[in-house]
Amino acid sequence: MASVCFYFQVHQPFRLRRFSIFDRGADYFDNPVNQEILRKVATRCYLPANAVLRELIDRHEGRFRVAFSLTGLIIEQFQRFAPEVLDSFRTLAETGAVEFLAETYYHSLSFLYSRQEFTAQVDLHRRLIQRLFGQTPTVFRNTELIYNNELARAAADLGFQAVLCEGADHLLGYRSPARLYYPPSRPDLKLLLKNYRLSDDIAFRFSNRDWPEWPLTADKFATWVGRADGDGQVVNLFMDYETFGEHQWAETGIFDFLRALPAAILRRGDTDFRTPGECAAAFPAAGEYDVPHMISWADVERDLSAWLGNAMQSNALHELYRLEPLVLERGDEALLHDWRRLQTSDHFYYMSTKHYADGAVHKYFNPYDSPYDSFINFMNVLDNLRARLGRPPA
Amino acid sequence: MRVFMLGWEFPPFISGGLGTACFGLTRALDRLGVEVLFVLPRAVTNPEGSHVEILSPATAAAEGKIIDTTGLFRHTQFRAVAATLRPYARPDEARTEDEDVAGGRLAPGRGRPRRRRRGAQAAAAGITAPPADNYAGDLFSEIERYAALAAALAIDEEFDVIHAHDWMTYLAGMAVQAETGRPLVVHVHSTEFDRSGLHVNQRIYDIERAGMHAATKVICVSHLTRSIVLKHYAVDPRKVEVVYNAIDESDAPPVELPPITRDDKIVLFLGRVTMQKGPEYFLAAAKRVLEVMDNVRFVMAGSGDMIRRMIEMAAEMGIGHKVLFTGFLRGNDVRRIYRMADLYVMPSVSEPFGLTPLEALSNDVPVLISKQSGVAEVLKHALKVDFWDVDEMANKIIAVLRHPPLHATLRDHGSFEVKRFSWTDSAENCLKVYTAALGPTAS
Repeated sequence: MASVCFYFQVHQPFRLRRFSIFDRGADYFDNPVNQEILRKVATRCYLPANAVLRELIDRHEGRFRVAFSLTGLIIEQFQRFAPEVLDSFRTLAETGAVEFLAETYYHSLSFLYSRQEFTAQVDLHRRLIQRLFGQTPTVFRNTELIYNNELARAAADLGFQAVLCEGADHLLGYRSPARLYYPPSRPDLKLLLKNYRLSDDIAFRFSNRDWPEWPLTADKFATWVGRADGDGQVVNLFMDYETFGEHQWAETGIFDFLRALPAAILRRGDTDFRTPGECAAAFPAAGEYDVPHMISWADVERDLSAWLGNAMQSNALHELYRLEPLVLERGDEALLHDWRRLQTSDHFYYMSTKHYADGAVHKYFNPYDSPYDSFINFMNVLDNLRARLGRPPA
Repeated sequence: MRVFMLGWEFPPFISGGLGTACFGLTRALDRLGVEVLFVLPRAVTNPEGSHVEILSPATAAAEGKIIDTTGLFRHTQFRAVAATLRPYARPDEARTEDEDVAGGRLAPGRGRPRRRRRGAQAAAAGITAPPADNYAGDLFSEIERYAALAAALAIDEEFDVIHAHDWMTYLAGMAVQAETGRPLVVHVHSTEFDRSGLHVNQRIYDIERAGMHAATKVICVSHLTRSIVLKHYAVDPRKVEVVYNAIDESDAPPVELPPITRDDKIVLFLGRVTMQKGPEYFLAAAKRVLEVMDNVRFVMAGSGDMIRRMIEMAAEMGIGHKVLFTGFLRGNDVRRIYRMADLYVMPSVSEPFGLTPLEALSNDVPVLISKQSGVAEVLKHALKVDFWDVDEMANKIIAVLRHPPLHATLRDHGSFEVKRFSWTDSAENCLKVYTAALGPTAS
């Protein structure tokens, strides 16, 4: 018996407006653009996908179960630009078949720079989820599945029972991502490892006509799931929620696939659905997953290089976190919120020069023509924020 | 493959990007085993310090043969014909202010020092050379003379295609085509619209148009230029190809330059100081930068018909003490000024390609380039700006000067990326165009 464990990431950043060195004032965010993008994604993805999930949960009487992680920033944007989406998530929550995970409120890289800030953001997020959905998250996922042994320890210290991370081949070796693991020194914490092959079959390859397995049907996928576990217990399918309708357009048949999948899985008799928290409660850990260095779910490298691959990114992050004591000391809520919104990992992702000359990648709703423009804009905003703290430019 | 190539400048008789491009392309064709017969007007007769020499004034006048003494070319021959085409000459101007600024800052009323020495490295792309001393007479009759002499020369030569660079050689290309029946390829390095904006000289336009229409194939240095050729010259799009320019890794032995110690940051403009190059936008941006930063100097290297206006403009804006006018630079001076610079800015109003950013990058200088340039189509690791957006230009200049990691990332990625621009690739693309021009039977 193996369980399919679906987790969907739901996030949009507050993108910055064009901010020149000559700009004054402290309105940093491009609300028209953020609203436009959010409305677009809501129409193409969030609303129709939520409707499909609701329909599936009802049809299978709770045997179809999923998990979400919604960042604090997307919730803010729902409240502001598309409250009906938040309502539909609430409706899902009420079915009892949906688990909400914890993460940093601001989808930040704070774990890498400030443990205090990290803890504060996790706490903010946990309270927000409690308030909105009436459940207290017990499972943690860090931004972009950035993870190492230290992160596991921090999450355990914060009271979480399980953490999601990437099932990296070089760390697993011969072992299967279909078992649960524990981090060194914290055998009480469960680790759920992403099955990147099966996850990416849906998230990236689904509409690729050059892929030998195209077209991917629910029955075919259910067969793979059945085969993947063998002696396994979980098939962890972790992906961006925007896979449904945005990365893979409705025209590709992705919603039909989603609609047909639960029946195809449940029909087998040896596979079912569980949420991450339910998996952690149901299955023992099979062994130790030792991750001394940082991993993530990003790009082929599965490391930090998407956010910390060049000198600009490192400079911007360093300068940003250097302001922490000043910002906290000031006690100005608006300023604190602005500073935290600047921590969103997307800002640094836009600065990535990886494969930039090949014209590839990092393009999804990227408002900049080049990583350089993105850095310049960010640093101008940071200068302005620094000035609000009464500090001269760096 | 044997090519009858018509140009009007070639290193060391160089005044701009065209000569640099002709040199790079011809040498790469040569390396590919293509035989090139390069026909040049004898605009300059003093070969001092050059690597392409005229046999002697007497024999040259008689035979028009130039001998390459550098060993750079194995399949290329040069011929000089007795016409004088002054690079970047305008039919409607007598003398320009080219000579007003000669080294150091211009001191108003200080005479007109003349430069005698003309042999120089090929590095100074985009800078106007002084007019030939013996220049006189009407440009259009010189062009016709060049055409007649080239056609006469062609009668005794065997070749497959004719390749003519820019408008001054188009009449010659057409004449050779009429004489020999070989297919003509014209290479558009710039158009009258780039050089003159909306004040187009009708006779030049007519020659450009006639050349493009007579040609079997038209090579443009960018898609930007290709779109101008299609839009303003109504050329059949099926025969217009794009071949980008490139840059060779320097052949010159590395020169030990004295270390430069300074406190100020340096922002560099290097090119002809003409309307096309947008020097006034550079100065306007400088003014904005200086409102925010103090320790910056702006260097305007080059000469041209707008130099006086630029000096006046800097003074009027009250930034005269922060702007240096170097005059026309050559050889090691060019390399030295690049190496002094923290940022190279090319604010061109209309730049068909733009070789100087590639030169700057190969000298480890990050670049900020106009979006209205061909090179912006292909160069990724560069800052880009609309030439008219002075505030944004200043915003980006300030960012590079203030954030060393930005400077370093642009420089490191840029100097790596620039190695992709290889004349061998351009020559291979030209060869494909030749083959296409020859038609199915020839290949």
